[in-house]
Amino acid sequence: MQRYILSKKNPITLISGILIAIGFISRWTVGNMDIFAWALIVASILGAAPIVIQAYQALRVKVVSIDLLVTIAVLGAFAIQNFEESAIVTFLFLFGAYLEQRTLNQTRSAIKELTEMAPESALKLMENGEFEEVEIDDVDVGDVLLVKTGAKVPVDGTVLSGEGYINEASITGESVPVEKTEGSKVYAGTILDNGTIRIVADRVGEDTTFGKIIELVEEAQESKSEAERFIDRFAKYYTPAVLVIGLVVWLISKDIELAITILVLGCPGALVIGVPVSNVAGIGNGARHGVLLKGSEVINDFSRLDTMVFDKTGTLTIGNPTVAEKKYYGDNIDEALVYLASVEAESDHPLAKAVLEEIGQIKLLPVEDTEVVKGGGIVATVDGHRIAVGNVHLMEKENVRISEIAKADIEAFEKNGNSLVLTSVDGELKILIGVRDQIRPGVKEDLQKLRRLGVKNLVMLSGDNQGTVDLVSRELGLTEAYGNMLPEDKSEYIKRLKEKGQIVAFVGDGVNDSPSLALADIGIAMGSGTDVAIETSDVVLMNSDFSRLPHALGLVKATARNMKQNIIIAVGVVLILLASVLFSEWMNMSIGMLVHEGSILAVILNGMRLLRYRLR
Amino acid sequence: MKSATIQLETLTCPSCMLKVEGALKNLDGIDKDTIKVSFNTSKVKLDFDENTVSIEEIENAISKVGYEVIKSKVK
Repeated sequence: MQRYILSKKNPITLISGILIAIGFISRWTVGNMDIFAWALIVASILGAAPIVIQAYQALRVKVVSIDLLVTIAVLGAFAIQNFEESAIVTFLFLFGAYLEQRTLNQTRSAIKELTEMAPESALKLMENGEFEEVEIDDVDVGDVLLVKTGAKVPVDGTVLSGEGYINEASITGESVPVEKTEGSKVYAGTILDNGTIRIVADRVGEDTTFGKIIELVEEAQESKSEAERFIDRFAKYYTPAVLVIGLVVWLISKDIELAITILVLGCPGALVIGVPVSNVAGIGNGARHGVLLKGSEVINDFSRLDTMVFDKTGTLTIGNPTVAEKKYYGDNIDEALVYLASVEAESDHPLAKAVLEEIGQIKLLPVEDTEVVKGGGIVATVDGHRIAVGNVHLMEKENVRISEIAKADIEAFEKNGNSLVLTSVDGELKILIGVRDQIRPGVKEDLQKLRRLGVKNLVMLSGDNQGTVDLVSRELGLTEAYGNMLPEDKSEYIKRLKEKGQIVAFVGDGVNDSPSLALADIGIAMGSGTDVAIETSDVVLMNSDFSRLPHALGLVKATARNMKQNIIIAVGVVLILLASVLFSEWMNMSIGMLVHEGSILAVILNGMRLLRYRLR
Repeated sequence: MKSATIQLETLTCPSCMLKVEGALKNLDGIDKDTIKVSFNTSKVKLDFDENTVSIEEIENAISKVGYEVIKSKVK
């Protein structure tokens, strides 16, 4: 019976609303007070039923809920035969709750969209050799699964056979199809755009990258700041306190009307719901735009940021050095290039990779007597020639003569921020190559946006030489930039800034810089959906997309503002209501309930604005 | 000990959380420190002793205080 009534809350609300309308129409048109009274009495009883049941259920588990305040208020109104108020108050309370549920679902929609992307079933290879559709929970590590065109990859796994293109937007935020062949890793929640693949499950359920992202976002919504915990504690005692105050007022003034009005006005609502609503909408907006924010404490700190410290390689620069400039000297350059490529193919140095990429596919020659000169380069014999590949020091050691022209070139290359690769054949300089890590496209504009959003200092720390660091710093217009820094130097630097009382964010790739990420007030990881990045940081920029950083900062600032607005609305409304019940004539229970429900909707709607937030 | 994740209908007021929590605390066989009611995701997570109490009894206790259980997962 109780459950039946509760499940029919919406029709009950509708009927009691209609009854109230009928009552008032008959009163104003034909002046029939009997119909008016009876319609309102029925509406009151009908509307009160679910509220009374909820109040009772809460009381049984020793919780004094808002329903109890409303129940007592309605009973009081009944007792003094004010059916008009009892009917309107119950109707408004139910209708308000209905609207709240609808709008709250809206604020949570962004995160729901994310969780709904989680795969629910899989085609699993059964013992009889056939693939059968099973629930995702029935898939274990080691199972062989079939993924068809258009289907979701159900687990993190490795491709056994077949090939196809996968859209990994759910993990990386980047909607570009990635080719997968035998041995490729695939991720749960991504979609196979075309092709058919068989995979073996490596990680399932909550252990998959996607599962972790979902869990993180869900936990982030629930994590509470100090202020919220205070409000929660406050709310726990607040409701019983209102009950006691109502009772005391009644005992002293003997005025039931006044006492029950206080019960309705005192209902906490906007206050307890205001901050969580801003929070969930802000985090939801972030999740949609490739920014994972870990909770409201992070939002608070992040929004008050003074200094942003960046790692250079892989953060401000692409982290993938490429050949920027080259010069050839003398004849037989084609042969020299073959020798260079042959030698570099033996090396796993990052510069060697860049050089090989530049030269492209050519036929390599066998390399003999390879000798690695520490801090210099490589010397080897190819096709009977003595080949040296390395920096200027190596050339000097090899007694390679460097012409005036070459000297000028070297100077110019260095000034442009290049690392140098020189090649000599039999003691003669043939090739000069300048390798440079390129600044990410758009970083300069993004940094300007950050400044406009109120970040005072933009600092770059790097393990690279000071020359390169200064160059990048000038180009990007940073406040300060330091080179030759080891990971521990970086975290030491952040510690010093914090001691000066600054709120510091560190932006890094989340792999080498975990100490700095952990130490900074806000650790921002440029994660390509890697576990380390997700776990060690406070904010994750999916797919290493630097351009999401200004959005992230703008969003947390908007969210922090939104929370403050909601607190002001909530507290303001309660103060105004209390003042009017004491000092004015027009306040009664119905108006009180209307304002109360209105303020709850106001904070929810205010919070919802965050879902549409975009950085201008 | 098993752990359960229970999805409820949308929770709209923070006092709903107190109610659900209160209902669960009255049940034997639930590890009271592990009860976590999440407001925004409308989920309950808890550890329980499957010899003392069944998942059906837990679901029942929640629906008795007025919240519909949509689905639950035990592992």
